[in-house]
Amino acid sequence: MSTLDSKTPKGPLKDKWSTYKDKIDLVNPANKRLIDVIVVGTGLAGGSASATLAELGYNVKAFCYQDSPRRAHSIAAQGGINAAKNYQGDGDSPYRLFYDTVKGGDYRSREANVYRLAEVSANIIDQCVAQGVPFAREYGGLLDNRSFGGVLVSRTFYAKGQTGQQLLLGAYSAMNRQIARGKIEMFNRHEMLDVVVVDGKARGIIARNLVTGEIERHSAHAVVIASGGYGNVYFLSTNAMGSNTTAAWKIHKKGAYFANPCYTQIHPTCIPRSGDYQSKLTLMSESLRNDGRIWVPKKMEDVHAIREGKLKPTQIAEEDRDYYLERRYPAFGNLVPRDVASRAAKERCDAGYGVNATGEAVYLDFKSAIERYGAEQAKIQGIENPSKEKIIALGEKIVEAKYGNLFQMYEKIVDENPYKTPMMIYPATHYTMGGIWVDYNLMTTIPGCYAIGEANFSDHGANRLGASALMQGLADGYFVLPYTIGDYLSDDIRTGPISTDSPEFEQAEKDVQERINFFVNNNGSKSVDYFHKRLGKVMWDKVGMARNEQGLKEAMDEIKAIREEFWKEVRVPGTAEGMNTELEKAGRVADFLELGELFAKDALHRNESCGGHFREESVELDGEQKGEAKRDDENFAYVAAWEYKGDPREAVLHKEELEFKDIELKQRSYK
Amino acid sequence: MNLTLKIWRQNGASDKGKLVSYKVADISEHMSFLEMLDVLNEQLVNSGEEPVAFDHDCREGICGMCSLHINGEAHGPDRGVTTCQLHMRMFKDGDTITIEPFRAKAFPVVKDLVVDRSALDRIQQAGGYISVNTSGNTQDANAIPIPKADADEAMDAATCIGCGACVASCKNASAMLFVSAKVSQYALLPQGRVEAKDRVLNMVSQMDKEGFGNCTNTGACEVECPKGISITNIARMNREYLSASIKND
Repeated sequence: MSTLDSKTPKGPLKDKWSTYKDKIDLVNPANKRLIDVIVVGTGLAGGSASATLAELGYNVKAFCYQDSPRRAHSIAAQGGINAAKNYQGDGDSPYRLFYDTVKGGDYRSREANVYRLAEVSANIIDQCVAQGVPFAREYGGLLDNRSFGGVLVSRTFYAKGQTGQQLLLGAYSAMNRQIARGKIEMFNRHEMLDVVVVDGKARGIIARNLVTGEIERHSAHAVVIASGGYGNVYFLSTNAMGSNTTAAWKIHKKGAYFANPCYTQIHPTCIPRSGDYQSKLTLMSESLRNDGRIWVPKKMEDVHAIREGKLKPTQIAEEDRDYYLERRYPAFGNLVPRDVASRAAKERCDAGYGVNATGEAVYLDFKSAIERYGAEQAKIQGIENPSKEKIIALGEKIVEAKYGNLFQMYEKIVDENPYKTPMMIYPATHYTMGGIWVDYNLMTTIPGCYAIGEANFSDHGANRLGASALMQGLADGYFVLPYTIGDYLSDDIRTGPISTDSPEFEQAEKDVQERINFFVNNNGSKSVDYFHKRLGKVMWDKVGMARNEQGLKEAMDEIKAIREEFWKEVRVPGTAEGMNTELEKAGRVADFLELGELFAKDALHRNESCGGHFREESVELDGEQKGEAKRDDENFAYVAAWEYKGDPREAVLHKEELEFKDIELKQRSYK
Repeated sequence: MNLTLKIWRQNGASDKGKLVSYKVADISEHMSFLEMLDVLNEQLVNSGEEPVAFDHDCREGICGMCSLHINGEAHGPDRGVTTCQLHMRMFKDGDTITIEPFRAKAFPVVKDLVVDRSALDRIQQAGGYISVNTSGNTQDANAIPIPKADADEAMDAATCIGCGACVASCKNASAMLFVSAKVSQYALLPQGRVEAKDRVLNMVSQMDKEGFGNCTNTGACEVECPKGISITNIARMNREYLSASIKND
């Protein structure tokens, strides 16, 4: 086991980034024209990086598996983006944003990276407004803000419930400008299937054209992985159907360490599963917890009556409801952080109080908010002695103005009116804080190979705060990578074009081709989805919201067994030529089947509870915090970066010790 | 419920293509339309046949990847939703459902129900952006106040997901709703005014080059648009185009 060097610059936290930028090696504009960069993925991180690198003068080749870069799953982010602008004058600052992020991440992120993130956050908003992103505004014409979970200021900028869409379309428009200039060559419907390492440096990729089936070699002086997270290892998640770990896993197999795979965010407010046919889960924005109260019935007989359809939730009296978050966490109530809210829902459902047929749902109730807003409106409008119906009608209007699009989405999916009956929600996999290990420059352990956005591990520790993923993706792509990559590429100005005729490219292409040939010729008896669903069930049951030693050991063995069966029995109809969607899925699931085992191994080794990683063995045994997660800073204040050694269970651990010089480590309390 | 599906099968752009009938059984009303197609595809894979290729990704109505002409309507019979958000409760037991790709000259079929919509990307590349460097060294975000009404209207136009339902629904296969949504978003914001003239001329010119038809005000696009983009945007684009053309001469 070795210790990893994060290459964090010396000096005071507040000066690190600016001092470092001043001293970094630059590439002159004429030389940038001689340098090629490959970017895999076109979400907020990849899209913004492609546009900026091209604008600086590099020749960019961008790849996405969708039919257009605008489809990347960043587009689905709803709530907003954080930035320390302090427009509200409520005491916000880069330091406060930094502090909230480190604390929210349960003290498992790298201090210097997080500070840099907070520092550049304000620039993101300037940049996006200049690009024509239509953020919400106040009547005075200035930008509006709202508040998100886990913080005490209003620093979240938003564009209705479609902030991710608008930010991504901003990055996409910046890409389009460079595509039109010929500085970005765009490869839609292409999937990266391997990275090519020549003389120890990342020098290109092997990609499959998903329309023709052709295997292509693409060379470059550096390779940037911006392929997002690996939440689909659970089969069901709020990720897009095509979201996958393949690009990240391929670089891992070629030498990039994979950090903290067990840090996964299970989001508390998603629409519950309705049956075995379910293909994905849909998020309901965290903002709903501002006004919704979460509860289950107190009495078991009410639970049974609800499940049998004999009782409606609205018929249950106030005193027979268990508002369990308000009961357990009186200080934060329904606005506890995501990991805490999710575990509390699981605890009630495991105890048998789940309110739908699957037993995995709790209520999110807007009745109190509707009545409160209605009474307030009646007063404002000067209505004396308003009837109950009038109050409800007035209140519903306010709730509609705030959350209308979410309520409509819920109604379309569930076919129930959430104004009249409480929503049903349940936690679902949403975001992965873990990812490819990177140093301060965002470079992986393969020289010349970078990882940005959700694909890397660095900024969110063990739990991500709301509205911070968009911030990190754009910070990495617009403002961090374009500087740090120059430091590396300045050595490459005399290299000239990278040939794709080398033995390394030949070997990588051969390996990719062989795997594809295997799939289409295997003639097994089971579909790809059959294996993916089984993997997802093991992950959810044993490596989900609560984990223990025995379950994790079982999970490792079970995943290994599923993987072995997969390679014997998988069936992929069709051929290697032309479009073959089953073939695409097979390659992705094969990688998930390896990642899953490493994920469980990482969760097993981390014998502490922190953020989204909850070990049942590591809880507070007494006092006010009894039953809550217990972190172990003495033994686990490090990043676990795993080196690939063949079988995932043989992966070798490397540690990056985390130092907190500007922050005191405390237990998070929400009581 | 039990259903008969008549699905367009076409093995690549050069194949002629035809409708093929399939049966699916025990479909739950709570399934989404695409989950129903997942059931069919699982059935096909298990019998060694090639599954039906269709585009989809986020399955929450925002990425714009899913398409499909279902019983003659883009994104099917429900309003204000994409195909991925269409649920089987809109259909009944015994129904026959015809599923075709989006049809337009500018959207060639790639395979089965998958079409090539890259023409829409090329229109955006012709001017669907504000020429500002991504250095972050722009002026402060609050330097130019924007009336809330303008910002809201720009946002309404900007919610276009680029799915192409407007094109598929139009008898002229016109992309005017799509193009006008982008033109409007920028025309309504001070940041976009600087290049407004060139933008509208270049985007419309590219739209024509791609082989999209013209607008004859039937309004089908607005009805079928899953995001409720208004044809007011087309009127705005026409005004922008006219004024830009006059000033250019």
